[in-house]
Amino acid sequence: MDSLKLWFRKGEPWVWLNAGAVAISVVMVVGLLGLVAVRGLSHFWPHTIIEGVYTEPDGSSYTIIGEVADEEWVAASRVRGTGVAIPEEVKVVKRMLIKTGNRDITGLDFRWLIAENLQDVTTPEQLMVVERREWGNFYGYLVAVKENGRVVASGESALAELEARLERALDLTEEIHEIENAEIGAINYQLERLRLKQRRLELDDALTDAARLELQEERAALDAQYQGLKSHLDELNVQIGRDSMVARSMNGAEKEIPLKLVVQFKQPNAMSFFGKVADYFHQLWLFLSDDPREANTEGGVFPAIFGTVLMVILMSVIVTPFGVVAAVYLREYAKQGPLTRTIRVAVNNLAGVPSIVYGVFGLGFFVYFLGGNLDALFYPEAAPAPVFGTPGLMWASITLALLTLPVVIVATEEGLTRIPKSLREGSLALGATKFETITKVILPMSSPAMMTGLILAIARAAGEVAPLMLVGVVKLAPTLPLDGNFPYLHLERKFMHLGFHIYDVGFQSPNVEAARPLVYATAALLVVVIVALNLTAIMIRNRLREKYRALEN
Amino acid sequence: MTELNSDVMEGGSTMTAAETPRSKMGKKVVDMDHVPKSLSDEEICLEVKDFRLYYGEKRALHGINMSIPKKRVTAFIGPSGCGKSTLLRSFNRMNDLVDICRTEGEILFDEKNIFNRTVDVTDLRRRVGMVFQKPNPFPKTIYENVAYGLRIQGINKKRVIDERVEWSLKGAALWDEVKDRLHDNALGLSGGQQQRLVIARTIAVEPEVLLLDEPCSALDPISTLKVEELISELKNRYTIVIVTHNMQQAARVSDYTAFMYLGDLIEYKDTDTLFTNPEQKQTEDYITGRYG
Repeated sequence: MDSLKLWFRKGEPWVWLNAGAVAISVVMVVGLLGLVAVRGLSHFWPHTIIEGVYTEPDGSSYTIIGEVADEEWVAASRVRGTGVAIPEEVKVVKRMLIKTGNRDITGLDFRWLIAENLQDVTTPEQLMVVERREWGNFYGYLVAVKENGRVVASGESALAELEARLERALDLTEEIHEIENAEIGAINYQLERLRLKQRRLELDDALTDAARLELQEERAALDAQYQGLKSHLDELNVQIGRDSMVARSMNGAEKEIPLKLVVQFKQPNAMSFFGKVADYFHQLWLFLSDDPREANTEGGVFPAIFGTVLMVILMSVIVTPFGVVAAVYLREYAKQGPLTRTIRVAVNNLAGVPSIVYGVFGLGFFVYFLGGNLDALFYPEAAPAPVFGTPGLMWASITLALLTLPVVIVATEEGLTRIPKSLREGSLALGATKFETITKVILPMSSPAMMTGLILAIARAAGEVAPLMLVGVVKLAPTLPLDGNFPYLHLERKFMHLGFHIYDVGFQSPNVEAARPLVYATAALLVVVIVALNLTAIMIRNRLREKYRALEN
Repeated sequence: MTELNSDVMEGGSTMTAAETPRSKMGKKVVDMDHVPKSLSDEEICLEVKDFRLYYGEKRALHGINMSIPKKRVTAFIGPSGCGKSTLLRSFNRMNDLVDICRTEGEILFDEKNIFNRTVDVTDLRRRVGMVFQKPNPFPKTIYENVAYGLRIQGINKKRVIDERVEWSLKGAALWDEVKDRLHDNALGLSGGQQQRLVIARTIAVEPEVLLLDEPCSALDPISTLKVEELISELKNRYTIVIVTHNMQQAARVSDYTAFMYLGDLIEYKDTDTLFTNPEQKQTEDYITGRYG
């Protein structure tokens, strides 16, 4: 009894409680990251394609070809409720979710099957999955390769032929994409600028005949350029339409797929382990570097990564100087009194305002008021189309900068207070003014604290979605905010964001089952991006700390 | 302690003797240790006239009157809180940094009141340099620490700065120890080296007066010895005012000593006389260790 009492008095339970709390936190964090990473990253592994005969409850049977996407055990009573006959003694039934693809043929991508009723399961090496630009994946057997509707290869030799021809088709696709996006995009951009220039001259009553003629000439030159590209493009389009492949789907129907619609094909059942590893990284790379397709449920997320990183960088560029200057005033120049204290409390409390409120404010003040006035003042020629009077990258960055401003101010102020008084005096005693002391001694020394503020700001800003939906993020942005057209950085453009992408793919997508792995993959990616941004900032901070370690002693 | 003491005195006096030809008042310096000096013979650098200082309502200095002689070492001694540091910090107006601080009376430097509105405080602080109790080098390289004050003054020519850095570090007896690592961080130096670096940094801007606020209180005995030697050397070029808690130190390094108590200047005369034959009872009590 006494020993128990002693055990309590020594605080052992307390220690256990503390350690337990830490342990639970660690488990939760690791579990969260683990789940997201495993679910997200396993998506890219080439899945085995199975073929089997499925018997429906009514006795009819047919062939099933597809990937096993999920398996679960359900109570037999639930399955009986749907009209499936299950023997009395069976309590639980295994169900499988099979991704059968071929949406254009069967209308369904996925189907739940009772595992019991799926018989004769095999994994033939010739089974092939074709990733298409439309209608999702195709599963089946390659039958033949055609050129202009004529069969050029079939049977064994078809595969090699398909490989060679697909490579050509992909090269052409890339060329077409390049012409459409970069070159024709640039011409359109210049034409639009010419139109705006003319409109501006009109509004200024300065549109003389000479100017009109000049504009006309420029436009004619661009048009000629466009025609040249257009005819080249048409030619390429004819070329790319040359080849097609014929494949047999699970219901025996043969389907002709033009190669211009094929992204890639593979026979996962025939792959060696290393082949699968190579394919895994290839798929991962495609996910990171490609544009999204099919309402974001297929393809990659590159524009979203780009948008997220660019927005965070712009936000940092805006919030850091702003926050630092404000903190310097509050700490170094403002008279410390009730007013300063009130301001400080107000700033601290700003950090607690829900982010959607910032979004509403950003929309109302930045976008409509500031943006609207900017348009009226500087872009009258664009009216009625808005330039800055619509959500865009700049307003999103500024809104998030506002959202994270309190964090930077508080952290910087803390850094400023920690600078020993003796260093200020040392500088002042050498004849430095207060301004010189602040810029040459105090600010460099408090730079680690500023970086701490920035790290917290990045962590908060990169994960925000709610305010962004109001001030600039869209489901699909046609162009990146950074491109080769002057002035290169287009702050007025809308952009894509990983956080919003998760929401969109997960909840707004027409094909939820297909998109689910992408939700996990995108979530894992978002975490990685935030960690990467933070690590960069932390590395900079550690270097600064090392440099100014006077604070430690 | 006595050994150390005599070492320093010897070191100090040989140094002075050697430097004599360069001194304006050569004769006097040679006789310094033997013939009692008199303030009235000295050229005056700083003159304090009925100077009072308040922290809010509290009066910290009550009407101080004194003259600090040029190119001599003047020591302020007294128990903690007697106002000696406050008075020292008034000479370069460091007390301006304290919001609630208010002054009355005058301190004349170069026959001008330093509290006059027309006085440029930054210029005053350059001319009246200060070294603090705790070494406070900036977290920059040794070189940049010394160059800091020069850059503040708009000197940016590398050659000029190089020369002045070397000259200052030599002046602070630090050159030999750091010449090979000028571009290392100053915080890597020992406490004594840091304090001499701070002195180098201060003399780099060529001040006329050096204010030393307990410069050795954070140092070990060896470093203290080196700084004291340095003070003896520097007094040929600068007027030095030193605040110290250590009476032996005051006796060793200073020419004149002021004893302060509770915001009053009790006694101020040449060091030998003050320590051997104090006029005031309070002074005697303090230097014999009866209080403080």
